[in-house]
Formats: sequence, structure tokens, C-alpha cells
Amino acid sequence: MNEILRVEGLSKTFKLSRKQQKIERTNSKVIVAVNDLSFTANKGEIFGLLGPNGAGKTTTLRMLSTLIHPDSGDAILDGYSVVSQPEEVRGKIGFLTSELKLEDFFTPNYLFDFFSQLHHVDETTCRQRKQQMFSRFGIDKFAEVKVANLSTGMKQKLSLVISLVHDPDIIIFDEPTNGLDVLTARTVTDYLQELRNEGKTVILSTHIFSLVEKLCDRVGVIIDGHMITCGTLDEVCNGLSLEDRFFEIYKEQKGGEE
Amino acid sequence: MRTENNTWTIIKKEFARFLGDRQLLFTSVIMPGLLIYIIYSLMGSGISKMATEGANESVFVRVENLPESVAPLWENLPATIMVPQTLTQEDINNLESKDLNEVLVRFPAGFDTLVASYNPQSGEMAPNVEIYYNSANNASSRVYHVLEGSLTAYENQLSNRFDINRADTEEAQFDMASQDDVLGSILSKLIPMLILMMLFSGVMAIAPSSIAGEKERGTIATLLVTPMRRNELALGKVVSLSGMALLSGLSSFIGIVLSLPKMIQADTQGIEIGLNYTSADYVVLLLTILGTVLIMASVVSMLSALAKDVKNAGTMIVPFMLVVMFCGLTPMFQSGTPENLTAYLIPFYNSIQVMTATFAHEMKWMPVIVMLVSNVAYTGIAVWGLTRMFNSEKIMFSK
Ligand SMILES: Nc1ncnc2c1ncn2[C@@H]1O[C@H](COP(=O)(O)OP(=O)(O)OP(=O)(O)O)[C@@H](O)[C@H]1O
Ligand SMILES: [Mg+2]
Repeated sequence: MNEILRVEGLSKTFKLSRKQQKIERTNSKVIVAVNDLSFTANKGEIFGLLGPNGAGKTTTLRMLSTLIHPDSGDAILDGYSVVSQPEEVRGKIGFLTSELKLEDFFTPNYLFDFFSQLHHVDETTCRQRKQQMFSRFGIDKFAEVKVANLSTGMKQKLSLVISLVHDPDIIIFDEPTNGLDVLTARTVTDYLQELRNEGKTVILSTHIFSLVEKLCDRVGVIIDGHMITCGTLDEVCNGLSLEDRFFEIYKEQKGGEE
Repeated sequence: MRTENNTWTIIKKEFARFLGDRQLLFTSVIMPGLLIYIIYSLMGSGISKMATEGANESVFVRVENLPESVAPLWENLPATIMVPQTLTQEDINNLESKDLNEVLVRFPAGFDTLVASYNPQSGEMAPNVEIYYNSANNASSRVYHVLEGSLTAYENQLSNRFDINRADTEEAQFDMASQDDVLGSILSKLIPMLILMMLFSGVMAIAPSSIAGEKERGTIATLLVTPMRRNELALGKVVSLSGMALLSGLSSFIGIVLSLPKMIQADTQGIEIGLNYTSADYVVLLLTILGTVLIMASVVSMLSALAKDVKNAGTMIVPFMLVVMFCGLTPMFQSGTPENLTAYLIPFYNSIQVMTATFAHEMKWMPVIVMLVSNVAYTGIAVWGLTRMFNSEKIMFSK
């Protein structure tokens, strides 16, 4: 198997504001969002990070995308370190979240060109890819319609397209289907599978068991910033359904507490 | 080369947004100039109306020691000159009644000789001409402006060898109107604040959505995973926001330039007496406005960067706006502008003081320079701070 991502002892601690202390119901001044996390992902697979709210999924994916710096540990993406070679890493990845909202004022056409320029995609490639992606997602008819006037589903599809203008090899996707209606969600999951078939690697985070079962080749279960178990679905599930297995693990973890 | 490209891409996008959005363009560029023009013009015609009310009333100008050099200047006055006169304190106090159509002028005895022998380098006080009037009496006020204007012109011709209405003591008062009569002067003291408010609304329309909006929408992450560096993004934002803010400031300036002649005309009743704003005055106004709008834009940008969304940015900016407004009100509580140059190091306050002085034909270069240099320095610091903020993951990805 061709390893494309290696995460080694990744950790991140945040200082908590007073307000956050209340929300998290803790007196501690800091929160360890990600704690000594290690895992690997192979080229051409969909890897899922599964965990409840606050497990540290978003934080992990942001560190992999070089948006925030790990306090310790490192992640190597296609040979480049997020700590020492963040710019090279950025050239390899696309980072998406379903929360992304594009600026109302612009048209799909303009935004595609804008992000292509920032990714240094040359004009011919940009034009070809735009045509291909727009027709793949049915955006071509709306290419000159301002984002404000697009349907919610269309906006979400456009966000996806915009984040992948540069055809990255590694796609990092935080909660791919959160907040999407069933049709758009289906379009997105279908597309992720297409990407895998093209040999791209997808690292996604989710708290939805069925999504993992449907899409992921391998999965890592993350609770309170710790990687509890990691492997293929079969390895992790141990004969149970993913949901049952997850709660088994969860109880083991939280057993001592509460 | 690469830096330039990314920054330029950002700038192009920001301007496409700005120039393509009619509403935004209206609030930030058209409105400030237009409103200033309208308000100023209305004030102009208001004053003009007040002034014409007294136009046909005859006015007596009583002059003590009228010098030979000045007499010809005043031959064609729309008033009756009465000389020789000795002015008593009682005469002056009588002016407090606004029904008296009078102006009193006192030249020092031997004015012409005094002026001729005065050496500006000597450090001594220049000869002082006192003109007493009542600004609440239109006729009196109108003639006062004509007299004052012609003397100022004469003074300039003599390279400032005498002063007009120099206040040698705390109590010196030449406008005998009681304070609440002086509506016009209160209004004119409000003008700089009005300009400041216009500039502020322009900046408010642009900066929060451009910076806090990026965080709110999550596009900041999409931008930061491109190969662009964070300072390139910061630079692109700062340059475009400054450009837009400058356009907004320019609009306010044009509004002032177009409406000022109306004010002057109203003020002087169309009588040519050389009481005009000089091109230096205009340059100072323009530079002041541009300098002010730059700091304003950078402070609002910094606050927007700290905010988690556009609404939060609005809340954070309110206290800052109140401080700026308070600075705008200071001329109301002051007589004249401060002499101490360090006062001109205080941002916003300094711009207000310089504008007030300029509108009152009292612009001096040193305060202007201190104001401009300090404002440019503050903007530089703010830009540096803003770049730091874009570089900080704590601020860009705060929870
Ligand atoms: N910038 C930040 N400042 C302070 N605390 C943070 C910050 N970002 C995340 N946290 C905290 O770190 C922990 C992990 O957050 P994270 O967003 O990574 O979880 P998640 O697994 O993505 O959860 P969710 O399913 O809610 O998205 C949470 O307790 C969160 O409150
Ligand atoms: Mg999350």
C-alpha cells in the first residue's frame, strides 16, 4: 500500500476564555483538543475520522491543512511536512468544509477564476477544468448568476468546486454532508467516490456512522483528542455494526469518568 | 513577482466587489460627498438669508484714529463711517443689545507710523486693531466681515505687520453677542464632525464585510490554503480598503469644495474683499481628510479582524465610533484651536482641530505637519498590526 499521509504524535492545546470555560463546564484554563494523535492514510483511499462533537476532528484537519500549527508532532503529506514545509503541503491539498459560504456578490465564473489565480492554475487549464466541473455539477447554466441568487444546494456544490479548482491529490473534507439536503449530500458522496476512483486520497471527518460505512476504506475513531482505534472498517468493527462498536469503545473510554 | 501577483489578485477582487455593488458604492462614495454638499449648501443659503435680512438697514461704523492708509479702502462701504470718535467702554457694552446697527473700530494712535516701524523679528507685539460688533445683528455682522476682510487683505499686503482682534487678555471679547445668539458659529463648528461621520460611515460600509465577513463565511480558510502567504492577503486587503477609503474621503472633499463658495458668498454678501480660502487651505483639507480616513480604515479593519463575524464587528466598532464622535465635538467646547503642538499627536482630535482652524481661516503649518506625520505613522503601525493579526491563527480561527 502506498502511504500518502503519516500523522505522528500530533497535539494541539487551546487556551480557554472565561466564556468558553462556562460552555465546556470546566475550570481548566486550557483544553487539549488533539492529544498525541497518530495515524496513516494510503493513496487512493477514503479515510474517515469518526468522533463525537468536540472530539478534535476539525482541529486535526486544520493542522493537516496548515491552517493552524501543531504544538507538537508532525504530519507528512506526500513527503512534505506541515510544520516545516507548509507551502508545499498547500500545493498538494484541497481543504473543504460544508460550512463554507461564498461571497454573495460574485458569480461562479468569477470565483472559479479568482481561486484558480490564487492557486496559480494557468488559464487554459482553468478554462478546461471550469467547464468540466461546472457541467459535472450542473453549475454551467448558472455560471453568470450571482451566488446570492443560487439555490442552497447549488451554493454548496459551488463551494466544493471552488475548493478543488487546482485538482489537488489530497482532499481534506470536514463534515462533508453536514447541513446538506439529501440530494446534494448524494452528489457530494458520489463525487468523493469518483475522486477515489481517480486515485485521489480523501481524508474526511464526520460523526455519521452510515457515511463512514458507505464511503470509507479505513477509519480512525477519535474521542477527546485521542485516537482510540484505527484500521479498516472490518478491523475496527470487530463483527459488530459500526454504531454498536463505537458505543462499546465510547463506554470503555468514558467508563472511569462520570 | 509572486507576492505581487497574489496581492494584486486580492486587490482586483476587492475592487470588483466595491465598484460592482451600486449600494455599497452609494453609501461609501456618493453619499458622503453629496450629503456634505447638501448640508453645506443649505447652511450657506440659511446664512445668506439671515444676512440679507439686514441688508437694507443702515449701519454706523464709529472709528477711533482712522489711519490715512485705511481711509481709502473704506470709501465705498455699505455703511456710514463716523470719524473722529473716542470709543468708551460704555459704547462697547451698548453693542450687547443686538438692535444697535453699529460696528466700533479702534486703531492705535499713530497706526501708520507704528506699522511702518514694526519689526516682526523683534518679538514685540504687533499693533492691534480692535473691531467690536454683534454677530446676532445681521447688519452689524455683515459690515464687520467686510471690514475685517479688507483689513486682512491689507495686513497680508504688509506681510502681517499688525494684528486684528488679538485677544491680549482672557476676557477680551469683540463679538458682543451673547453666546446663544451665535447659532451660525455653532453650526460651522459642527462641520468637521459631520465630515468625520461621513468618512466613518464610508469606512463602516466597506471594512467589516471585507475582513470579518471572510471569517464569518469560512472563506478565510479557503484563501489561506492557497499558496498565497498570509501577509500577501493582509497587504491586498489593506491596500484595497485604503484605496476605497481614500475614494470615500475624496468624495467628501469634493462635496466641500463645491459647496464652500456658496458659504463664502453668503458670508460676504458677494462683496469682493479677498476673503477666500486659499489653495493651501484646500490642500490642507484634502490631506487632512485623506490622512484621517486612512487611520480610520486601519482601526476599523483591525477591529473587524478581531471580531468573529460582521455583526460582532459592528458591536466592537461602536465604542471607537463614539470616541471619534467625541473628538468631533471638541470644537464646541473650545475657543480657538490648541497652541501646544503635542495636542496634534492625538489622532482624530488633530484632524478635527486642523479642519476647524482651516475653516476659520486660521490654518497654521506646524500643526498640520504634526497631524499629517503622526497620522501616517499611526496608519503604518496599524497596517503592521493587521498583518500580524492575519498571521495569527488565534485571531483568524478563534472560537
Ligand atoms: N480556536 C479555538 N480556541 C479554543 N478552543 C478551541 C478552538 N478550536 C477548538 N477548540 C476546542 O477544542 C475542542 C475540539 O474542537 P474541534 O472543533 O476540533 O472538535 P470537532 O471534533 O470538530 O467537533 P464538532 O463535531 O463539534 O465539529 C473543543 O472542545 C473546542 O471547544
Ligand atoms: Mg468540527
